[in-house]
Amino acid sequence: MLSYWRQYLAISPFFLIFGIFSFVPVFYSLYLAFQRWDGMGTIQFVGLQQFRFLWDDPVFWMSIRNTLVIWVLSTVPTLFGALVLATLLHSVRRFKGFYRIALYIPNVTSIVAVSIFFGAVFSNNFGLVNAILGTVGISPVPWLSNPWLIKLVIALLMTWMWTGYNMIIYLAGLQAIPTQIYEAAKLDGAGPIRTFFQITMPIMRPIILFTVIISTINGLQSFSEPQVLFGSNAANPNLGGPGQAGLTTLLYFYQSAFVNNDYGYGAAIVWAFFVLIMVLVVINWRVVQRGRKS
Amino acid sequence: MTAVVKRRSRRPKGLTAHIVLALAVLISIFPFVWTIVMATNTTEDIYKSPPKLTFGSHLLENIRHVLDTIDFFGSMLNTLLVASVTTVLVLFVDSLAAFAFAKFDFPGRKVLFAMLVGFMMLPLQLAVLPQFILMSDIGWVGTLKALALPALANAFGIFWLRQYIENGVPDELLDAARIDGAGFFRQYWNIVLPMIKPALSFLAIYAFVGAWNDYIWPLVVLTDPGHLTLQVVLAQLHVGHTTDYSMVMAGVLMASLPLVIVFTLFARGFIAGATEGAVQGS
Repeated sequence: MLSYWRQYLAISPFFLIFGIFSFVPVFYSLYLAFQRWDGMGTIQFVGLQQFRFLWDDPVFWMSIRNTLVIWVLSTVPTLFGALVLATLLHSVRRFKGFYRIALYIPNVTSIVAVSIFFGAVFSNNFGLVNAILGTVGISPVPWLSNPWLIKLVIALLMTWMWTGYNMIIYLAGLQAIPTQIYEAAKLDGAGPIRTFFQITMPIMRPIILFTVIISTINGLQSFSEPQVLFGSNAANPNLGGPGQAGLTTLLYFYQSAFVNNDYGYGAAIVWAFFVLIMVLVVINWRVVQRGRKS
Repeated sequence: MTAVVKRRSRRPKGLTAHIVLALAVLISIFPFVWTIVMATNTTEDIYKSPPKLTFGSHLLENIRHVLDTIDFFGSMLNTLLVASVTTVLVLFVDSLAAFAFAKFDFPGRKVLFAMLVGFMMLPLQLAVLPQFILMSDIGWVGTLKALALPALANAFGIFWLRQYIENGVPDELLDAARIDGAGFFRQYWNIVLPMIKPALSFLAIYAFVGAWNDYIWPLVVLTDPGHLTLQVVLAQLHVGHTTDYSMVMAGVLMASLPLVIVFTLFARGFIAGATEGAVQGS
């Protein structure tokens, strides 16, 4: 054991930092979820009280609904679009490098910048989208005040940011499929659509599963988009926009913990949320795996 | 049937694919173009119906307005500092650990590596609140130190570099170095680091972009108005002055452009690296 001190030394910075700044905090927040604490006074053990309150809290359930709707509205077009674009990109010979870079670029821009941009373009009174609709005689659409349209705009924003990222992952998977398989299919007379569903899709299943899980974990964590879009902060009671239609669970966590200084409740929200993410990951896993058997 | 085949053969190969891809490219770069349009016009021009669709001549005026409203260069310097320090340290910490995991069989290696992969799954939001409490206990709230340290625990970087070292650095080379008397750290510094430069440059861009764009943690932990990062002041610009959109968009442009330029310059290697990682990781 002692002769390996160099290896242990080499891995220790990571484990030390991770332990102090991530691992212990994660469990400390679980501890906090059973306490009442405003960050200043004494910590008081309250048992399951925070979770009982959570269960009866309509705002919490609304935030869960908002998050799920935004997640579905963004993940489905993102992954579908990414798969289509990757298939097309795989089939072309010229401009491949250009397409890859141009389609990946949305992912390296900041969520803050993109949210501000979407806020401007979808602005109810003056935005470009309504201006264009106006030229064809359609009256202004209340993008940022209708509860469904708010979610749609946030989902569009996420779709714009993440399609290129998933496309690159799919493209990598497509490039790893040996071309002989396609040649054999062609000889057997399979058309492009049949080839896609009977060869490409089954081989790509593990990669699709990977993107579905990553998208579940990322997509459910929407926070910055509504926070920036609606300027939700301490001074703004309209958290998450009109009717709180853009109030996601993480935004509600942020408000409870850092605006209301209700640390125990904040910790309970974020842990309940984590359990929800895990449940959805398992469900997604099952669904994609079941598709394999049939 | 023959007619269809004939028509298809006369058409350039994959025209439909190019048309769809070009449309997607338009959608993906449109926000950048439109941001420039808004940033170079006055707010009245943008709000006109129909709005002005061409580039205007008010960019400098809007930029001056941004500089008067927020401490743009100060916060950019803060962001640059945090992102650079984080990136360099992540590269060092992760490559060192990745080398140990890739090429040495020490007791507990498998368990420790499995733990590390498990950490990658933990959503970091669970840790935000206690991290904040920890930072306020050690008096780091409001300082830039509080941003860099938690970001160093980059499990993905180790996972990714380990794959690269395992496949990319031949054992024979390390054995030869060992015969010449090179120890663990000499092998790391003289052989491994130079050989994994492509992987390091991918991770560097990944970590830098991540640190540059981080929002929730700086928003929580930076309380001192003199020590804000770019994303936080950008969001404040929006909240405080929602009416002057051309000024806000000039700010968005100023904050996004450096990163887009850097990314475009290094994109080829970065995307090749990302692609490689995705295939190996799956």
